[in-house]
Formats: sequence, C-alpha cells, structure tokens
Amino acid sequence: MKGFLAVYLREMLIIWHRLPRMLLSFSISPALYLVAFGFGLGKHMTVGGRPYLEFLVPGLIAASSMTQGFGINVEINVARFYFRVFEEIQAAPVSNLAYVLGEILSGVTRALLSVVVILLITHLAGVKLSYGLPLWLGVLLNAFVFSALGVASAMIIKSHADQALITNLIITPMAFLGGTFFPVENMPHLVQIMLKALPLTHASHLIRQAAYGRGLILNSLVILCILALGGLLLAYWSVDKAKD
Amino acid sequence: MARLAIRVENLTKRYGSIEALKGINFEIAAGELFALLGPNGAGKTTTIRILSGLTRTSGGQAYFFDLNIFERPLEAKKMAGLVPQTINLDLELTVWENLLIHGLLFGLSRREIREQAERLLRFAELYERRKHKVRTLSGGLRRRLLITRALMHEPRILFLDEPTVGLDPHIRRRLWALIKRIQQQGTTILLTTHYIEEAEFLADRVAFIDQGEIVVIDTPESLMKRLGEFALDIVSETGLETKYFQTRAEAERAMLELAKGDKSVTLRRVNLEDAFVYFIGKRV
Repeated sequence: MKGFLAVYLREMLIIWHRLPRMLLSFSISPALYLVAFGFGLGKHMTVGGRPYLEFLVPGLIAASSMTQGFGINVEINVARFYFRVFEEIQAAPVSNLAYVLGEILSGVTRALLSVVVILLITHLAGVKLSYGLPLWLGVLLNAFVFSALGVASAMIIKSHADQALITNLIITPMAFLGGTFFPVENMPHLVQIMLKALPLTHASHLIRQAAYGRGLILNSLVILCILALGGLLLAYWSVDKAKD
Repeated sequence: MARLAIRVENLTKRYGSIEALKGINFEIAAGELFALLGPNGAGKTTTIRILSGLTRTSGGQAYFFDLNIFERPLEAKKMAGLVPQTINLDLELTVWENLLIHGLLFGLSRREIREQAERLLRFAELYERRKHKVRTLSGGLRRRLLITRALMHEPRILFLDEPTVGLDPHIRRRLWALIKRIQQQGTTILLTTHYIEEAEFLADRVAFIDQGEIVVIDTPESLMKRLGEFALDIVSETGLETKYFQTRAEAERAMLELAKGDKSVTLRRVNLEDAFVYFIGKRV
C-alpha cells in the first residue's frame, strides 16, 4: 500500500511543481477546439435538436480525459529512459500491482484536472450541461481505461520515440473519430461498426448522455468496465517486460 | 569467517549471443567492503543490477544473509540499498521530496522518514540543501544525495556502482570518507569501480573481473605482495616495461644496471594497478 502511495505521491509532487504550466497546457487544445469548431464552424448548427456546442463539450471532455490519462506514458518514459527514476522504483520492494495502480491513478488525476479546466472554460463560454455523478463516473472510467493502456504501452516500448508513434497511430485518430466532433451515427454503416469498436466512442456516448441529464448508458458502462479491467491486467502483465 | 552477507553462485547473464557474466562466484562477509574492479564491459554493473533486482539473471543463485534473492525478491530488496552509476534522482523534486518518496517506497512511516532524512542529511552534510530542487545541485552533491537516499531504509547491504565517476579528486575523497563511515556503522558494501586507487583505499577485498569472469579475489595487500614490494618502470623505445622486486636493495641494484643504458628508469612501490595489469593483462 505504501508502495502505491509512493508512486502516486511522486507523480502528484511533479504535477504540483508544474501546475501552472500544466493547467495552461490543458486549456489550450480545448479552447482552440471550442473557438474553431464550436463558435466558428458550429455556431448555428444543431445536433439532435441541441446546439452544436452542447454536443461538442462532452466529446471534448471524453477526448481530453483520454489523452491526459494516456499521457501518463510520457511521464513514465521520461522517468524510465531519461531520468532513470524507474530503476529506483524497480529496486524497491514494490509489487507490480502497487506500481501499476499508482501510475494509473496518477493518469486519472491528470485527466480529472484537464476536465475541470474544460468545464471552467465552457462555463465561462455560457454552455450549461448536467455535471452530476453519472458524468464524473464516465470520465473516471474513461480515464482509467486509457491510463492503464498508457502504463502498459510505456512498459512495452523500447525507446521514447516509439511512444510518439503509438500516440500518433492510435490516440490522435481516436480523438477525432471516437464521437468527439460528430455523431458516429452520421457515418456509413460499415464505418459506424468500426468506430463503435473504439473505446472512446463508448466513453463519448456515455459522457454525452450523462451531460444531457439522461443518466448512464448501461451498454457503454459495461464495455468501459470490461476495458478498465482488461487495461489493468495488461498493465500489470507488462511491468516485467520493462526489465532487461 | 564472519557471517556471510552476500553469496553468489555461478551467476550468468546472456544478452542474445553475448555472455555478459560467465558463471561468477564470490562471497562477502557481513560488514565487509568488497570491490569489483574491472575494465568497461567487464560485468561489474550487470552483477550489481542482477543483485539489486533490476536485471533478470540467466542462471545461478544469489543469497543475502541466506535469503534466496530470486525466490523472495521483495524481502531481498528491503535488505539492500542501491547507488546506481547513472544519477537517477527526481531532478524536479526537492532533496527532501526525493528522500520522502524513497522512504515510502521502502515502507517507512512518516515519522521514520522524517527522523531518518534529518539524520542522514546531517550525516552527508546536505541538511541546509533539503528544500533545494535537485536540479540546482552540483554533481558532487547529487552523488552524496544518491548515497543518502540509498541509506534511508537502513539497508544491511549497500551496492555502490561507480559512485565517484566523473567527480573532481577532492570531491571523490570526501565521498570516500562518507563510504568509510557507512561501513564503520556495520553496512556490508559491494563497490564497483574502475578507479583502482578507489578500490585500494576503500576495499577490504577486491575481485578483478574481466569479460564476465572473476580472475582473482584477495585483499589489496595480498594481491600486491604476489608481485613484490617495489617496482621499476623502464621506458625504452619499445615501450613501458615494469619489473617487480621483493626488496628495495634488489630494485636499486637493477636500477643501477639499467641506468647504464639509454633507458629511463623509475623506482616506486608496487600498487594495486600493478596487480590489476598483471592479472587482467591490460591498463585501465
């Protein structure tokens, strides 16, 4: 338990020392998307009878919690390949599970911070949505899934450069195609099937329905729970792969 | 012999077709300072990485106080502290925060962490720097902090992997004094270095290691005595040759003979580097 706390506290101290820079960085992308797609392109558009901005914001929340949760891999890689701090943790009597849970929770915390920043910006922009428990449950699950995948990918890769490849090949396309900016249902049937296989599509759907005050969508909730468990197991299994 | 702190049996490590360790064996008594001395790529760091749980072994066994470290790795890790060759401190965190994280990683309570950190920071003369970010510290201070951090959980065994590499001589000597003080408190130390004078000054016993094999193990004094007590360095057109003598009188007689020619001859005491060159067959 103390090992888990140590891993988590280490990441939190790093965030604390960088907080102003991180908050600025968290706010730039969503602010740009809001300006470009929300106020620029979508000012007079509606989706399902609602203003496009109300459609967009939950998508941005899902995409941001995904990218920031998965972004824990960058921190781990810096610690592993650059500062070599990962070796300090490897040499300590800390179980793989404690390590993985500490890092995943750090990813989840980063994701939650980024969502708070988005909500503040959108609130200032006058967007009113339902920010109750179902929305936060969706955000937590989504952040957990992608933090776990971030930890796993950070353990499996052999160099820092490989990490950028994974982000560019998987995370960036998913951010655009996983129901963030447009309804997946607008796509041709075959494309819809492919897009509905993406974890982010389910997270966007779950978070959007919660933000509309329609509660939790059971199907998406179950899928994200299964993915969270799978991600945790994958991350746990991958820790030993980082040893030479 | 005192109780064994470390026992290594037929330890091997392969990276593909490369054999980094070819079945090495050694024992270290509790409270002893044992140095692994060898050229780059000899297998020193690989040995320490395996013993500290960073690298998987390809074969063999190792024990800390009779505990099999491969069967019970978490218990073994609690017994050992590691000072790695590469500085792996969190540069963005303060000195104190680095010690806090290490203490939590090794299961110390908040109170134990506070007490240990205060005591050790004073011991290593770093207390005044406790609130400084590590990135503001010099190389020598970072090395001292690495050692301090490794001592936080009061390990019975300390691994020092090239602890003074790249440091100025006067800072290196301060670290030597610190290492001696740690040993005097009862800690068993396994040191790797390619600074021969470091091993000669610090070690109770040394092992010369080369190409994944231990060539010889003995005290520095015994290794030097195997060659003699005095040495003549003879420089000629063909290169440098060293001859060894048991007494100063023998060496001086030889020196007079050699000085009649056109050779440059220097008389000196035998040192550990002579033994190293003799056994390993190359200069470090």
